[in-house]
Amino acid sequence: MFDGLIDLINSPHWGNTLPFIRRGLALTLYITFVGVFFGFIIGALAGFARLSKNKIIYGVATVYIELIRGTPILVQALFLYFAISQSFGINFQAVTAGIIAIAVNAGAYIAEIVRGGVESIDKGQKEAGRSIGLSSSQTMRYIIWPQAFKRMIPPLGNQFIISLKDTSIFAIISVGEVTFLLRQYVSSTAVTFEPYVMLSLAYLVITIPAMLILRAIERRLDV
Amino acid sequence: MIKVTDLHKSFGDLEVLKGINAEVQEKEVVCVIGPSGSGKSTFLRCINRLEDITSGEVVIDGESLTDPKLNINKLRSQVGMVFQHFNLFPHKTVRENITLGPIKVKDMNQEEANKLATQLLEKVGLSDKADVYPASLSGGQKQRVAIARALAMSPKVMLFDEPTSALDPELVGDVLEVMKDLAKEGMTMIVVTHEMGFAREMGDRVIFMDEGKIMEEGTPSEIFDNPQNPRTQTFLSKVL
Ligand SMILES: Nc1ncnc2c1ncn2[C@@H]1O[C@H](COP(=O)(O)OP(=O)(O)OP(=O)(O)O)[C@@H](O)[C@H]1O
Ligand SMILES: [Mg+2]
Repeated sequence: MFDGLIDLINSPHWGNTLPFIRRGLALTLYITFVGVFFGFIIGALAGFARLSKNKIIYGVATVYIELIRGTPILVQALFLYFAISQSFGINFQAVTAGIIAIAVNAGAYIAEIVRGGVESIDKGQKEAGRSIGLSSSQTMRYIIWPQAFKRMIPPLGNQFIISLKDTSIFAIISVGEVTFLLRQYVSSTAVTFEPYVMLSLAYLVITIPAMLILRAIERRLDV
Repeated sequence: MIKVTDLHKSFGDLEVLKGINAEVQEKEVVCVIGPSGSGKSTFLRCINRLEDITSGEVVIDGESLTDPKLNINKLRSQVGMVFQHFNLFPHKTVRENITLGPIKVKDMNQEEANKLATQLLEKVGLSDKADVYPASLSGGQKQRVAIARALAMSPKVMLFDEPTSALDPELVGDVLEVMKDLAKEGMTMIVVTHEMGFAREMGDRVIFMDEGKIMEEGTPSEIFDNPQNPRTQTFLSKVL
C-alpha cells in the first residue's frame, strides 16, 4: 500500500503528460477566447433582437436561443461537424468547427445575459435620457449600456468558464485540445490515473483563478 | 405657449385621460393637484411625449406633438422634465449628468458645457459637488442636480412630477427654494405637487384633476379658499 503510493508519486507519467497538457491547454484557451469573443457579438445581436418590438426579429432570435439552450452542446458540435459538413459539402477544420460551436452556443446564453442586463436597468433611466433630448440609440449607448454592461460582467465571466469546460467535448470530433490529447496519451500508454488527474488539474488551474478574479470584480462592482 | 386640446390617453382598455383642455402661457406657473391615480403624471408625460397620445392635440410653441414630421428629440430637449425619483445617471458624475445633454444633443463643446455646469450648480447651491457621483448625494441634492440637468438644455418649459414627494421632509425646502427662484426668473412651469403651500404661494393657476379630467381650475385663492366643485372640496379637506 505504502509502496504503491511512493511508486505513484515517483511515476514518470506526471511529467510525461506535461507537454500534452501545455499544448492542449493552449488550444483549449484559443478556442474558448475566440469562440466566446464571437459568441459575445452574436449574443449582443440576439439579445437586442429579443428586446426588439419587431416581431420577426424577436421571433428569429427566440428560435435561435431556445434551439441552442434546449439541446446539448455535444449534439450541436456533432450536427455542425458531421451533419452540416456532409449535407452541404462545407469542410470545416475540426478547430474551426469547435470555435463556431462555442460561438453559437455561448451566443445563445450571452443573448439572455444581454437582454437581462438591459432590462434590469430602471425605466426611469431611459426616460431621463429621452427627456433631455437624447435619441433612442444615444440613450442606449450613453445611459443604458454602460450600466447594463457592468451588471453583465459576472454572468459573462461565468459563461466564459462554462464555455472553457464545454471545449472538452470537442475531443469527440478530434480537436486536439487538452482532453483529446490526454485521452490519446491514455490509450497509447494504458495508464489512466495520472493523465486524468493532470487533465482535471489543467482545467482547475484556469477555472479557479478565473472564479476568484470574477468574485473580486463582483465585489468591486458591488452589483 | 402650451395648448392642450381634448387630450385622451388610454393604456389598453384603461382610459386614464378623458379629454383634457388646458392652456399655459409663457412665464406662467401652473400647479396640478389631485388624488393618486387621477392621471396627473400621465398628463405631464404626454406633454413631452414620454407617453404616446391616444387622441387630441398638444401644441408647444406652435409645434404639434402629433405632427408626424415633428423632431421629437429636439422637442424633448426644449421641455425639461424633473422626476419624482430624480433618475440621475448613476455612472456619471454630477458634472457629467449635466453636460451630457448639451454635448450630445446641442453639440456644445466640452469646455463650454463644463462652464454651463458650473453656473447651474452654483444656481442650485451645489458648487462643491461637481465631481462626485449621485450615490453620495442626499435626495434633496439629487433633485437639485436633476433640475440643473434639465436647465442645461435651456428648456422653454419645465415639467415637475412631484419633485419633492420622495424627499425627507427636512430636504423639501431646498428643492422648493430652487423652484421658486426659477419661477421668479420667469420660467414657464407645470408642477404636479402635493405641496399645497408651494402651489398657493408660487402658482399663477391651480388645476385640480380627478378621474382623468380637469375638475376645476383657477387662481390659488379661488381653488384653496373657495373651491366650487364638491370633489375639490373633498380632496382639499383631506390634504389641507
Ligand atoms: N404605463 C402604464 N400602463 C398602464 N396603466 C398605467 C400606466 N401608467 C399609469 N397607468 C394608470 O393610469 C392611472 C393614472 O396614473 P398616473 O400615474 O397618471 O396618476 P397620478 O395622478 O400621477 O397618481 P399619483 O399621485 O399616485 O402619482 C393609474 O390608474 C395608473 O395605474
Ligand atoms: Mg404621479
